[in-house]
Amino acid sequence: MQDDKVIVCEKLTKRFGDFIATNEITFDVHKGEIFGFLGANGAGKTTAMRMLCGLSSPSSGKATIAGYDVYTQTEQIKKNIGYMSQKFSLYENLTVRENIEFFGGIYGLSDERIKSKTEELLQRLGLKTEANKLVASLPLGWKQKLSFSVAVLHEPKIVFLDEPTGGVDPVTRRQFWDMIYEAADSGITVFVTTHYMDEAEYCNRISIMVDGKMEVLDTPTNLKNSFHARSMDEVFYQLARGAKRGD
Amino acid sequence: MEAVVVKNLVKTYGKEKTVAVDDVSFSVSRGELFGLIGPDGAGKTSIFRMLTTLLLPDGGSASVDGHDIVKDFRQIRSSVGYMPGKFSLYQDLTIEENLHFFATVFGTTIEENYHLIKDIYVQIEPFKNRRAGKLSGGMKQKLALCCALIHKPTTLFLDEPTTGVDPVSRKEFWEMLARLKEQNITILVSTPYMDEASLCDRIALIQGGKILSIDTPQNIINAYPDRLLAIKANEMYRLLKVLEGHPDILNSYAFGEYAHATFRDADTHALQAYLREHGLTDVEVKDAEVTIEDSFIKLLH
Amino acid sequence: MKQFLAFVRKEFYHVLRDRRTLLILFGMPIAQILIFGFALTNEVKDSEILVVDYAKDNASQELLTKIGSSRYFNIRQAAFTHKEILGTFQKGKIKAVVVFPANFNGDLLHHNKAQIQIITDASDVNTANMITNYLSSIVMDYQNQINQNLEIPYRITPEVRMLYNPQLKGAHGFVPGVMALVLLLVSVMMTAISIVREKETGTMEILLVSPFKPVLVIFAKAFPYLALSLVNVVAILLLSVFVLDLPVKGSVALLFAESTLFIITCLALGIFISIKTDTQQIAMLISLMGMLLPTMMFSGFLFPIENMPVPLQIISNIVPSKWFYIIVKSIMIKGLGIASLWKETLILLGMTVFLLLVSLKSFKIRLQ
Repeated sequence: MQDDKVIVCEKLTKRFGDFIATNEITFDVHKGEIFGFLGANGAGKTTAMRMLCGLSSPSSGKATIAGYDVYTQTEQIKKNIGYMSQKFSLYENLTVRENIEFFGGIYGLSDERIKSKTEELLQRLGLKTEANKLVASLPLGWKQKLSFSVAVLHEPKIVFLDEPTGGVDPVTRRQFWDMIYEAADSGITVFVTTHYMDEAEYCNRISIMVDGKMEVLDTPTNLKNSFHARSMDEVFYQLARGAKRGD
Repeated sequence: MEAVVVKNLVKTYGKEKTVAVDDVSFSVSRGELFGLIGPDGAGKTSIFRMLTTLLLPDGGSASVDGHDIVKDFRQIRSSVGYMPGKFSLYQDLTIEENLHFFATVFGTTIEENYHLIKDIYVQIEPFKNRRAGKLSGGMKQKLALCCALIHKPTTLFLDEPTTGVDPVSRKEFWEMLARLKEQNITILVSTPYMDEASLCDRIALIQGGKILSIDTPQNIINAYPDRLLAIKANEMYRLLKVLEGHPDILNSYAFGEYAHATFRDADTHALQAYLREHGLTDVEVKDAEVTIEDSFIKLLH
Repeated sequence: MKQFLAFVRKEFYHVLRDRRTLLILFGMPIAQILIFGFALTNEVKDSEILVVDYAKDNASQELLTKIGSSRYFNIRQAAFTHKEILGTFQKGKIKAVVVFPANFNGDLLHHNKAQIQIITDASDVNTANMITNYLSSIVMDYQNQINQNLEIPYRITPEVRMLYNPQLKGAHGFVPGVMALVLLLVSVMMTAISIVREKETGTMEILLVSPFKPVLVIFAKAFPYLALSLVNVVAILLLSVFVLDLPVKGSVALLFAESTLFIITCLALGIFISIKTDTQQIAMLISLMGMLLPTMMFSGFLFPIENMPVPLQIISNIVPSKWFYIIVKSIMIKGLGIASLWKETLILLGMTVFLLLVSLKSFKIRLQ
């Protein structure tokens, strides 16, 4: 196995009774890569993400995350990944500072590290003056940026982002992607799902799931070429139109 | 005749008087498909709730079909159709029961206005005995639209109908709206997806409770003041960093596989040379096709 | 009207399709009645009985053997004075004391009648009642046995004394109590939750933006729970009459009328809670803490109000269930009519009108 592969998946499958949510998906993700994970609602993305995060045990197949096995070493996996979703990210009724300190705490950072990290983060996000305000009072864009920063606070090897930019304005969305690039540049692997097809273009490689199977996996340019499409939107449409299942 | 007229509408929340809608004015003609385009928290839902008489404005006035949203709320409630942002049907009732219930509540029957929903309903009819909670996102959306249409509303308010829906279902949904427009129903739709703007007759770009611009999508695009360049290179992140460092740069940002950028003085050849100097390869510079998203970003700057 | 009916039908779908709702609606009253009714009854088996036999003659021995051979009782003999009996009760093991007077047999033979005394600990009212009933029937049995072929029958009269709770307060009181509890739960909590659920899921928004009058929405939501609560009243009464042998002494029609009144009080409360809250959890919490607890505490169902400190007695007056409890107890157990209950009924009616007015007034036809 090559050293720089941080996600290795082989025929990973999850069944719920007769229903095959994720059907023998096989792929690798390299260190520092931005990996786009696309698919229509109900294509099996969430199920696959849960398995990769060590939250749900696969029915069959193999997978290692940062070198740890998804069946047996889920605790180590959780220490080495960060997770952010649009739905759950931060505690609205805690202040910005309390949120950072809390998440630093549950990832087991030392008090000193938490303290220095908190100051550094507030500085970098320009949230110094807002540090003691409740997260609920922040605009959505800021919340999303803060919650991404919290997800990578413990310098994980991989960060999973589940539709991180839903409903965010175009400028903030791009600032958010700046942060993703920066993280990838520093060696963190980014695994991201999105419904914005232009964002798919920002990824190094993208996969598209249809009805539980991973139909394609390539760079955006290669995908557009092979589908004779002008945009990722078209590629996605051609693939997902034939989908049988919804969520 | 104007179907919706909004004048200087203001809405504030809470003791701190947080302004959600800040002096908003616009009007929508009968039979028009009007889009309210902006991110979450821009005030779209507040505007829709005021127009559907669910909220009282703190300032300004508005009318729907000539009825005042405060005084004549009863008339408005009987004549408009409303689809809230969240899926708001009864999850434990079947498709048919939901539709039947809403038809009855609005004092009509499914048969009476079946022609309006036929196109949409036939797609979900095979599952009519399935409970709404067990439907896929796309099907829920179709059912919700049927329920909002069943009483033949004069004006239809759709609050973020495509949020969280995958691109394929989104496309289908907009095709349905285009067909509804032919029935001469005025449609107001809100969305955070900029790419949906071009499907509306006219749009209002909204941010922070304020309207940035109102016009047809084409006019908004045409009004883009600068020369917009699309730039590509071997590495996007580096490219963005290098562009930021350009002495004449006005604005630059990623846009799909290209970066979009505006300059004080746009000389494409000099720019290509500059990029190569900074170690980028496979450099491509061309005039970009301006989109609503570019306009929005410009207006925010 | 058609709209109203469509609404009511929809509401029934909701109830019938949610197993948890159904369980609370119909499982709970049955369970409560059975628990309160039977959990105590079972204890009668193998009860320790103390016998104080001053007679020690044939008749007393025969009767004792008969009691001892019953599977309900274990007999312990002792020679106690009356005063010492109290002490044995306080130790808690003894459930009843049977006293044979000296000269038991002699009384029977010469006067054709004799007495025995049964003393029970009525702080556990149900057990006390059961034991007395069983003992009395054994005595009757014995009497029938010795009366065979006799022209002038012997009569043994058990003289029953209930210690600690001579008026048997709370005996059978649990049926009216359970009724108040169940109606309160169904009408207050279920109504509040079902209205708040529509707010939470956003369907209330759609309903408000419809020609259906907002106030009618509320009434249409409350109506099915009125019907379901009445079904519960029927179920509880059937259970208490046929399973627990507790008849309704007074007018059944009056009982239903009063129940309907109380249900409407509860519905008004439920509507009020639903107007003031935005999540199902809070609605449930308020219903439980704010309604159920006071009912348990202050209706007189579990704790006699007379024994409470005066401030609590005063507070108990504003709890609607207290009045309903009094009414139901009077009708079911004492067989009283409206003539003796008009005061309580009027108080309940006043509360209902007040609550309905308050909830209608605070009802909003728009979102916050």
